[in-house]
Parts: sequence; structure tokens; C-alpha cells
Amino acid sequence: MAKKVFMLSEIVKVEQLKKYFPVQKSFLEQLFTRELSYVKAVDNVAFSIRSGEIFTLAGESGCGKTTAGRVVVRLLEPTSGKIYFNGKDITKLRGEKLRLLRRKMQMIFQDPYASLNPRMKVVAAVGHPLGIHELAKGGEKKKMVLEVLEKVGLTPPEQFVNLFPHQLSGGQRQRVALARSIILRPEFMVADEPVSMIDVSLRTTIIDLMLNFRKELGLTYLFITHDLAVAKYISDRIAIMYLGKIIEMGSKELLFLDPKHPYTQALLLAIPVPNPELERKRLGLTGEVPSAIDVPTGCRFHPRCPYNTDKCSKEEPQLIEVEKGHFVACHLMK
Amino acid sequence: MTKAKIKRSILARVIPGLTSLVKKGPSGWMVILGMIIVTAMVVMTVIGPSVAPHDPIRSDSRLIRKPPSLQFPMGTTHLGQDMLSRILCGGSIMLQVSTFSVLVCFLIGVPLGLFSSYVGGVFDRACSLVIDAIYAFPGLVIAIAISAMLGRGVVNMALSIAVVYIPSYFRVVRSQVLSIKELTYVEAARGIGAKWHTIIFRYVFPNVIPSIVVVATINFADAVLTAAGLTFIGLGLGVDVPDWGRDLTSGWAYVSSGAWWIITFPGLMIILLALGFTLIGEGLSELLNPKLQR
Amino acid sequence: MPLLKVDSLAVDYRTSRGTIRAVEDVSFSLKKGETLGLAGESGSGKSTLGLSIIRLVPYPGVIVKGHIKIDETDIVKLREHEMRSIRGRKAAYIFQDPMTSLNPVKRIGAHFIELIRTHEPNIGKEEAFERTKTVVKNLGILSERINDYPHQFSGGMRQRIMIGLAIALNPDLVIADEPTTALDVIVQAKILDLLESLRKVYGMALILISHDLSIILERCDKIIVMYAGHMLEYATSIEMHRNPKHPYTQGLLQSIPNIELFDQKLVAIPGSPPDMFNPPKGCSFWPRCSYVKKICRVKEPPLIKVGRNHFVRCFLYGKKGVHVERNRKS
Repeated sequence: MAKKVFMLSEIVKVEQLKKYFPVQKSFLEQLFTRELSYVKAVDNVAFSIRSGEIFTLAGESGCGKTTAGRVVVRLLEPTSGKIYFNGKDITKLRGEKLRLLRRKMQMIFQDPYASLNPRMKVVAAVGHPLGIHELAKGGEKKKMVLEVLEKVGLTPPEQFVNLFPHQLSGGQRQRVALARSIILRPEFMVADEPVSMIDVSLRTTIIDLMLNFRKELGLTYLFITHDLAVAKYISDRIAIMYLGKIIEMGSKELLFLDPKHPYTQALLLAIPVPNPELERKRLGLTGEVPSAIDVPTGCRFHPRCPYNTDKCSKEEPQLIEVEKGHFVACHLMK
Repeated sequence: MTKAKIKRSILARVIPGLTSLVKKGPSGWMVILGMIIVTAMVVMTVIGPSVAPHDPIRSDSRLIRKPPSLQFPMGTTHLGQDMLSRILCGGSIMLQVSTFSVLVCFLIGVPLGLFSSYVGGVFDRACSLVIDAIYAFPGLVIAIAISAMLGRGVVNMALSIAVVYIPSYFRVVRSQVLSIKELTYVEAARGIGAKWHTIIFRYVFPNVIPSIVVVATINFADAVLTAAGLTFIGLGLGVDVPDWGRDLTSGWAYVSSGAWWIITFPGLMIILLALGFTLIGEGLSELLNPKLQR
Repeated sequence: MPLLKVDSLAVDYRTSRGTIRAVEDVSFSLKKGETLGLAGESGSGKSTLGLSIIRLVPYPGVIVKGHIKIDETDIVKLREHEMRSIRGRKAAYIFQDPMTSLNPVKRIGAHFIELIRTHEPNIGKEEAFERTKTVVKNLGILSERINDYPHQFSGGMRQRIMIGLAIALNPDLVIADEPTTALDVIVQAKILDLLESLRKVYGMALILISHDLSIILERCDKIIVMYAGHMLEYATSIEMHRNPKHPYTQGLLQSIPNIELFDQKLVAIPGSPPDMFNPPKGCSFWPRCSYVKKICRVKEPPLIKVGRNHFVRCFLYGKKGVHVERNRKS
């Protein structure tokens, strides 16, 4: 068996990751057909994240980025493929070993109104990870909670400890969620659209907090978003997903200055720019994103692509490195 | 802590609770009214036997079916027993039976519902099938069947009533758990490494409680009526035990001959007790549901 | 003569917990064919303002002061049945959520036909159907799909249908409340382009309500920035982009990621939007303002004209104030 070679600084590596969800069959269908159809939410995705990096999975809704994020932290089980954390294969980890892994890998969620238990006070919610992993009790636990609340900008922390989530605003709740996930000093964090449900004037604060933690705690991020402007602000490298596949991946500079895939180009041209004096062009895309159950043949993007050729409907393009650090999956790249 | 301190701390919690209930409008008043009725009944049950003017069981053939008078404010039964004393003593049985059956229901139905719906899969489907089968039967029919099998006695009666209502708890808990299970904060709990029992008891269960409370209070009311129904038919309790349901049966036969008091007073008490619980349940369901979702 | 003229409008919500002044002293005008953007965060009052223009503020909301003149008619004073002839014909509203705004048991074509025949009862079925086909075509929807039900369309398509329903009767004014919030970026751009092209064809005025300042700046002629029910700045979009005067506007512009820029330095606005049951005394923005002075905490600043088409509500300007230029880094 070939030895797996990891760059010393690769903290997370994902290979040939697939997550298919079986589609519920109606009663008659169950009787008469044997085949199952699947929602191919994540279909053969591969990437690696370097320690200290902010790697973004970007794309529109339904592209599979959220599912991919959850699979990486094992909140969902992969259908096939491998996930490596710090060089170790964690794909099939279970039970106690998986729980120990959770100390190092954390996740924050999109909806600050739903990610906190409405019946737990802030101090209980934020301190809970310490209790679960038996790292601190009583007075020491409370001290650590106060410390971390201060870190996320909820000052004075004493004012917040005995509050329930419904007594906090959306921005405050998201900070509590952040506090809860960093109290264990994780090494890696998946952030699933952490600011999309927060008021515009407060987004920068949360984003800045996350950037601070990268510096202070050496955190590595997998950032998931549909907002490419935010992605541009915060990321080091970005992968654009479409219908379960990565269609372009590269550093922020390469992707935004020289987008090669037609979908990426269309996306960038569609994003609103806060400048009334700018003339915007559009890359005309036809139709809408098809369902992930009945995926188009060949290149998934071909029905909408203005450069569609014969080959595109027959053969699926592979993700190739077209220049150093810049990967594109498109037949036009030859 | 001294008795005085205990009293003070209980009052310190109860009084602000009551005043906030009053402020909440008609639903709050319903709850308070229901609580007053139930408390009054409980008090009556407790002190009843000591203040009853006559022995509720002692029959006197000379005093048969006497209408209400000074000596017998609620009249006498067909066996010459004093109605008032029977009313005062009969409540205790009713409350014991309904409390016990609600407790059994709760202790079986809720954990089963929690566990079954959280685990899911084949286990859940099997449980649901059994529970649905029980649910499909009219309550009184099951209660009668089981009571006849088990025989007489307070515990047996409570058990036969309990079986009828376990499905309600199971179903309510299950439907709540199924939706809460999918919520982000439960996923977040898994994300921080919580074990399954922690998730069920600290994340899911506390959010299921509001709906259970409502079911429990309505359950009380229903249990009272079912218990009355059982003793009405003659099942469940010994002949000598004073009981409102039994008095209903006996009173039924004598209404036509004009002895209205034998059936009316027990009937009123049953209605009042059931009403008290229903008011609490309805008021709570109004208070707990939409306002919690702000 | 402006199509729409709003004067000192104030709207309250009378709830059991107290009265909220959702909109306070808003005045602006809109000409035929112009676009106005209402920008603001949650609780700013922009949606309430939009709804009050066609008198659809939900209970317990009440218009307490001011005038709203559509073509010289003050609609605040009209009776409900008179309003009904204005809604749909003169002014139309596109609601935020296309998923639930269509009747799931009615075919798309039927939605249009009912709308047309309600307002113009003399039109025969054939003519209504022809008009429906034209509108649907302009929306970019295949005419075979007229007989489909709402659930057979995607979110983006449903939003187009909502837009179509709004413009079907060729109104003079269309108010679009967060028309793209639930939609993806590419669909969002298409919808806004569609609104733009329909606007040019039919000549309507458009009020676009959104919390996304980028969209507003990109697509609107004039902009009102709302905060806690108050109109803080009112200017043409070009003016507001080159010369934002209010500290809140400047703060917003510095805190939104701009896709055209690299190495942006984003600056957060400290604090958070106020509790509308207990708004701050004086200027509603003072707790978060880095230029706050004593007077800001006590008195509400008046609306001051600072340019030909530029109004600000801030004590930094006017006779007593000093003009503050934004320190621009881009």
C-alpha cells in the first residue's frame, strides 16, 4: 500500500468525498422499482487545508458546501471517501475516539437563533464542552467561561452569564456560539455562513473576531459562504462549488483576478458592487440550477454554459492544475 | 433551614409567580382559577374525613332517601348514608386514583417516547405500532377490560386508567422530539462531543416539557372522569368505599322518584374537579405556546 | 410634478408592551420613472415605510402623522374602498417572500386573470388571457407554463411571477420589499435586471427596499438611509457614494465587503441597533457614533440640506456644525 504523504502543515485533507442522500420512495415505487435515486449533494470532492489558513467553500444554495462542511467534522457520515485530520484517517472514527476528536474540531452555524439551546443559560451553554470532556469544574469552569466571553467581546462578561438566548440579540448569540466553540481551544473550525443572518453593521465585528482567533489561537478555518464579497475579504484560498463538485479552486488573488471557469466568471459579474457609477456587464447564463437528483451528463454546468460544446455534455471534466495553485474543471482549459 | 425560612422561600417564589400569571391576561386567570379549584378540592380531600359529621359508610334504614335538611345538608342515600360525609370522603379516592395513574403514565410514556423517537429505526417503528394499537381503542373500553382483569383496588384502578393515557404522552413527546432532533442546537451539542444521554436530557427533554405539562393536566381531568366511569359501572373499588362515581350509579336509579340530591352532588364534584384541571391545562397551553416563540 | 410626495410621515405600532415609533418624520419625493432605494438594517423602519405608502401597514400599526400624495391625492385620508382602487393599479407592492405569497392551489395564469378582471371588470376572458400571455413572456417564462401551479416553479421563477403580478396592471409606482433576499446571487442579478428592463418598458417608478447597501447603490437613482425609524441621509446614489455625510452611512460603507477591492480595511460600527421600545434620547444613532457631541444626546437633529440633492440629519452639519469628510482608503 502506498504510504500517504502529507505536507507537514496540512491539517485537514479530504479525498474523493461523496455524500449521497437517498430519496424517499413512495409506497408504490417501493413495491415496483428496485433502484434508488440519490441526491448527490457532495460528489467526489477533494481539497486540503494548511494549518493557519482560511479555506473557503463558496457557491450558491444547493451546491453542497454546507453538506461538505458537516461531513468534514463528521456531523454527517460520508457515503464514501476519506477525511484526514493532522495526518490521521478519521473517516470511520466512532464512539470515544470521535468525541475526543471534537475537542480539536469545532463548528459554528448559520442561524444564531437556532444554534443555542433555548433552555440553557449562557454560562451553562458555553461551559458545557468543558463539562463534557471533564476538563474543568465549578469555580474553575466559571472562570474559563468568563475569560472566553470577554474574548468574544461580551463585556462585562458577568452581565451575560445568567441570560437565556432569547434575551440576547442575533449578534450576541453568535458570539456566545463562538465562545462555546473556542473554549476547548480547538485547532480547526468550520464556519457555516456565520454572518449571513446577522445585521450588516455587525458582520464586520464577528468576522474580525474570527480573524483575531486565527492569530491568537492559531485556528485554521473552513469557511462556508454564498457571499463572494465576504469570501474575498476573509479567505486565503477559495474553492467554488457547483452541484456537488468543485469547479475552480485557487488562492484569492488567482480566483478573483483571473477566474477561468465560466460559472465563476458569471458569479463575479452578478455580485452587486456598491458603486452607482460603474457599468456592469453580465455573463448571460440560461436557466437555473438543476436538481441534484437528476444531474446533467458530462459537465454539470453545460446546460447553462454559454461556451457549451459537444464534448461538454458527454465527458465530465477533471479538476486540473492550469497554473501553479489554480485548479479548474472545464474542457475549455486545454 | 427553619420552618419559617422554608415558608418564606416558598412564598417568595409563589407570590411573584402568581402575580405574573395574573398579568398575562385571560389565559393566566384560567390557570389561577383552575389552581384554586384544584387546591380547594385537595384541601377538602385532606381534611374531609376529619370534618365529616357522620360516618359515610354507616347505613341506617330509617334514614333512607331523606332530602337535604339541617341534619343532613345534602340529604341521604338509598342506604341511609349521609351524602355530605360521602362527598367529603369520596374525593380522596378520586384524587388518589387520578394522581397515581397520571404518575404511572408519565413515568412510562415520557421516557419511552423520548428514547424511541431519538433512537429511531426499527425500534421506533415497533413501539409506535404498539402504542397506536392501544390508542385506537376507546379509552373506557380498555380501562374496563383491564380493570376487570386486575380486580378491585385503588392501585389496580389507577393502572387500568394509566394504560389508556400512555399513548397520549408517547405521541406528544415523540412528535416534539422528532422536530427538536433536527434543530441546530441539537446538532451543535453533538458537535461539542455530548453523549446521547446528555443530549436527550439536557437539550431535548427540557424543550419538550411545555407540551408534556399541558398533556398532564388534561390527563388529570380525563383520569378523573374515567375513574368515575369505572366505578359507575361497578368496577374498580370495593363496595364499602365512599366514592363519587359509585354514588352516581346509585343516584341514577332514584332520580325519577324525585331524590335528585343523590346524583347531583357527586356529579357536581366530578365536574368541578375535572374542570379545575382542564382550566389549568388550557390556560397553560395558551401561555406556553405562542409566547415562547418570540 | 412628482408622482409620489411624502411629507413628515410618522407611523406607530401600538403593541401591548408599549408604542413603537417605527417611522419618524420621513419626507421625500419621487418622479415618474425614478428609482428610490430604502436602505437600513432590521428595525430601521424601511419595510414599514414601504407598506405605509400603499396603506398596508399591519395591525397594530397606525399612520399617525403626515401626508402621502400619489398624483396629488393624499392617500392617508382615503377610505379603504378608495384605497383598493389605487392598490394594484396606481401602486403595487412586491412582498418579501415569494414562497408563500402565491396561492398554491391556483394556476399561475389564473392569478393574473383574476387580478386583471378584478380591477377591470369589463374585460372579457379572452382579452385578459392575451394580456396574461404578454406579461408572462416579458418575465422570461415560457407561455406553456401558464397552467402550472406555483410549487412547480423555483424560487427565482416565483419571484418573477410576483413581479409580473405587480406590473400586470401597469401601475405608476412599484414597491419591492427585499425582492432578492431569499435568492442566489445569479438569480438575484437576473431579477433586478428584469425589474430594470420592465421599468424602462412600462415607465414605472420603483422603490427598492433592501438591507443590502450594495444593491441599493448599484441600482437606485436616489437613496434614503434609515435607522431606528429615522431618515438619516437622503441623497442621489452618486452623491451618497462620493460624499456620504452621516457617520452611519460612512460606517456602513466602510463595513461592507466590496467585491471590486483587494485588501480592504473593513471597520465595524460599534454597538448594535437600539431596542425600539426604549430608543435613545436625542439622535437615535448617538450611542454608536464616533463623533458624538453633547447636543446629540439631548436633542434630535433636524434634516439639513447639504447639497443640491443631499439632506442629512446630523448635528455635524448646518450652521453650527463642521463638515466631516470620510477618510477614504479605496
